[in-house]
Amino acid sequence: MPALQHRHAMTFTRGFARAMTTDDIFEKVQTVLVDALAVDEDEVTPNATLTGDLGAESIDFLDIVFKLEQEFGFKIQQGELFPDNVSQNPDFVQNGQITDKGLEELRTKMPHADFTGLEQDRSITKVADIFTVDAVCRFCKAKLQSAA
Amino acid sequence: MRWLWIDRVVELVPREKLVAVKGISLAEEHLHDHFAAEGDLAPLPVMPASLIVEGMAQSAGILVGHAGDFQEKVLLAKVSRAEITADPVPGYTLRHTATLTHYDAAGASCKGVVELIDPAAPEADPTPIAEIDLMFAHADNNMSGIELPEGNFVFSESFRTLLRSSGIATDF
Repeated sequence: MPALQHRHAMTFTRGFARAMTTDDIFEKVQTVLVDALAVDEDEVTPNATLTGDLGAESIDFLDIVFKLEQEFGFKIQQGELFPDNVSQNPDFVQNGQITDKGLEELRTKMPHADFTGLEQDRSITKVADIFTVDAVCRFCKAKLQSAA
Repeated sequence: MRWLWIDRVVELVPREKLVAVKGISLAEEHLHDHFAAEGDLAPLPVMPASLIVEGMAQSAGILVGHAGDFQEKVLLAKVSRAEITADPVPGYTLRHTATLTHYDAAGASCKGVVELIDPAAPEADPTPIAEIDLMFAHADNNMSGIELPEGNFVFSESFRTLLRSSGIATDF
């Protein structure tokens, strides 16, 4: 028994000593999305959008948050990964287009997302496209770095 | 009245797990339609899979509701997984075991296992027949802009009756 306990301790120490690589994070995010959205592993590519490509519906976002918390062991506050109440705010959306203020709000709330596409087409329907697999990975990486 | 698909809560470990049972009775009318005789086929009364899922949703829903002192409106948001490997027939008992895997202000998730108890072999181990994983949303924290009734319409009188008859306090 003492030998077994020693081996466990080694594994434990090694597990914490090694920082998670970008590939490790992607693999964990991939596992979460396959589980939450019932998609195939090869569909979960960095550029895939959660709603457009992977078929996520609104309630799936809550499920994804729960599963990321379990997988990575950090806590995600409501609206931290997927900001809410932006599309309902008339200051942020006018005539179906994201306003400058709205874009700024999204940038502030989602430093992990790429806004290149949304800058070119401000249509509200394009907002969903900023929720990519890569954005989720970058969010998780930032969370892990801030916790370290 | 809300239709309950569990008869009794037999074990409750707060914020951890809940075990509930349901006897499958030939007196339940829906069994006769599921499946009724058709042509040369004899009737095959079985417990519908969808209602087994509902039984687990009610078991897990009580576990989640209890964790929040029944103050939250706990709504089933997603059936994450449901694998049912047998059709339970009348005269058997279903045992639902719901385990809480996540709980916070936004909602909760649970893992569920359904087993079949054969009263003709009470000493035998129950047979696992289903795995059902569910996710719940706390309605007031997720329905921005949608007005909901003020009272807790989820844990209504029929649920209170079930809880009382299972020996669980209903002072909420």
